Amino acid sequence: MIELFIRLLRRPQGFIGVVLLLLVAAACLFGSALAPYAPEKIDFLGRFRAPGWQNWLGADQFGRDILSRLMVGARSTVPMALIATFIGSAAGAIIGVGSAYLGGRSDEAIMRTNDAMMAIPGLLLALLLVSTLGNGASNAVIAIAVAFAPGMARVTRSVALNVRNQDYVKAAIARGESASWIIFREMLPNVMAPIVIESTIRVSFAVMLFATLSFLGVGAQPPASEWGLMVADARQYMHQAPWGLIAPSGAIALTAIAFNLVGDGLRDALNPKDER
Amino acid sequence: MSLAWFARRLILTAYTIIVVSMLVFAITQILPADAAQSLLGENATPESLAALRSKLGLGDPTWLQYARWARHVFIGDFGISMRTSQPVGPEMLAALSRSLLLAVSSILVTLVVAVPLGVLAALRQGKLADTGVSLVAYFGVSLPEFVTATLLALLLADTLHWLPATGYVSPLEDFGSGILHLALPVLTVSVILIAHVMRMMRSEMLDVLKSDYIRAARLKGLPERTVLFRHALRNALLPVVTIIALDVGYLLGGVIVIEEIFAIPGIGRALMIAITTRDLPSIQAGALIMAATYALTNTLADLAYAVLDKRIRYD
Repeated sequence: MIELFIRLLRRPQGFIGVVLLLLVAAACLFGSALAPYAPEKIDFLGRFRAPGWQNWLGADQFGRDILSRLMVGARSTVPMALIATFIGSAAGAIIGVGSAYLGGRSDEAIMRTNDAMMAIPGLLLALLLVSTLGNGASNAVIAIAVAFAPGMARVTRSVALNVRNQDYVKAAIARGESASWIIFREMLPNVMAPIVIESTIRVSFAVMLFATLSFLGVGAQPPASEWGLMVADARQYMHQAPWGLIAPSGAIALTAIAFNLVGDGLRDALNPKDER
Repeated sequence: MSLAWFARRLILTAYTIIVVSMLVFAITQILPADAAQSLLGENATPESLAALRSKLGLGDPTWLQYARWARHVFIGDFGISMRTSQPVGPEMLAALSRSLLLAVSSILVTLVVAVPLGVLAALRQGKLADTGVSLVAYFGVSLPEFVTATLLALLLADTLHWLPATGYVSPLEDFGSGILHLALPVLTVSVILIAHVMRMMRSEMLDVLKSDYIRAARLKGLPERTVLFRHALRNALLPVVTIIALDVGYLLGGVIVIEEIFAIPGIGRALMIAITTRDLPSIQAGALIMAATYALTNTLADLAYAVLDKRIRYD
């Protein structure tokens, strides 16, 4: 595990990814403590103030400090994406391993239905679900998780099929262990590595999807300074204050890039032969 | 390609569309909206509401309602929009045609840009051009559509005034203006697709260049140009077909945001309006048409792949 981490850090992409990720984590943990202003502090004299020594990243239409809003907003963006990915991955992994364990016709039926669900574009499925469940951050998280599960199920199943044929699984079946024991104790631990890698890359999609839902007005609700919401707000004023647009966009991009870099780096570190 | 494989593939596509229709119907059933109430408005009397409910069959069991809906959908009747009181089907198909124009133009732009760049990156592996291309690709896939769209609009429409910021003009009516209005949306979609296809193209090309048949072609003394374009590129392009088909799924999701931002009356925007106004027939039609388009594209891509690659034998 430590060796893997060192190998990840040795590659420039992996190193940059980890550094960016630490930065994002710091913003989530200490953002509200370190922010120079309160995120809701209105300053009518400082409306649309350009970036400078007073407001490092400028101020928005109410004179609120954009840097402070970003730092506080990290907490309403990134953890949501992480939770959504975690729920979606866990559900997908269980479906995938279960399907591989059952095999035969049940496997075929589960995977065909799973493929059918994948025919619905993720954003569309998430939008439909949120419109049913009601607008809001937690419903958006559930919707993203549901949208992610089929993809994870497919990835997991392809790995789990190999595990299914290993001697230790056959032995467990011969011993007469229960299905849940075999799925959770024998098979799942042995498909963890690819699931973790796939999930890491997926977090970046979750960040983007969550921000998109908020941007469309069905995810996080004002006055939260969620990043997608900040972009939606700033669009009306992009003429007077383009920095209001650029700062949250950059934050979303950096976070997505960080998870992408770490995910790709982990994949490379696990398969050192594949030098691409 | 055997006939049995072809038949199996078609059955799977039909199954996909059926599952999707059930899912869409189930989700819209839970939606907190009363069809009768929205049709008759606020001032409806309880009696007229009850009468309409029984006429629409709203009290029937869900499976019966689904069967009735599915039978109508099968013959192309998606019902009447609660918002506009017009038939939903023709409206959605007209919207889909505008979205397809956007999608197809974006794919063309993507191919023209991404394939040469991907090949270039592969040929200059590890050099400056490769690093540059990979970096740009990384940014492309790490920006959500609404960010790319807004930043491009900020640059090309708001600051430089090169392109109109929003709106849609049919290229059939006014070709020049139509193209100008399409430019920003197409550019936005392409940025993301280019990133995707470029990465794929690069890694496929690297794989192919390492293969034995390329070494054989070189040892035969063929000119490098022939080796690259007649042998390597042809084989490396094949998987790109699949990637583009998979990207259509992304495209259809992406158009929801992009059409919303650039005010294009395509299927994404129609669906967004349907969702915000809780117009059930339109939501069902929009979602089903989108998913069916995706399923059909994937089937077509599989067929194309099987026809193009003689080595593939499905049984």
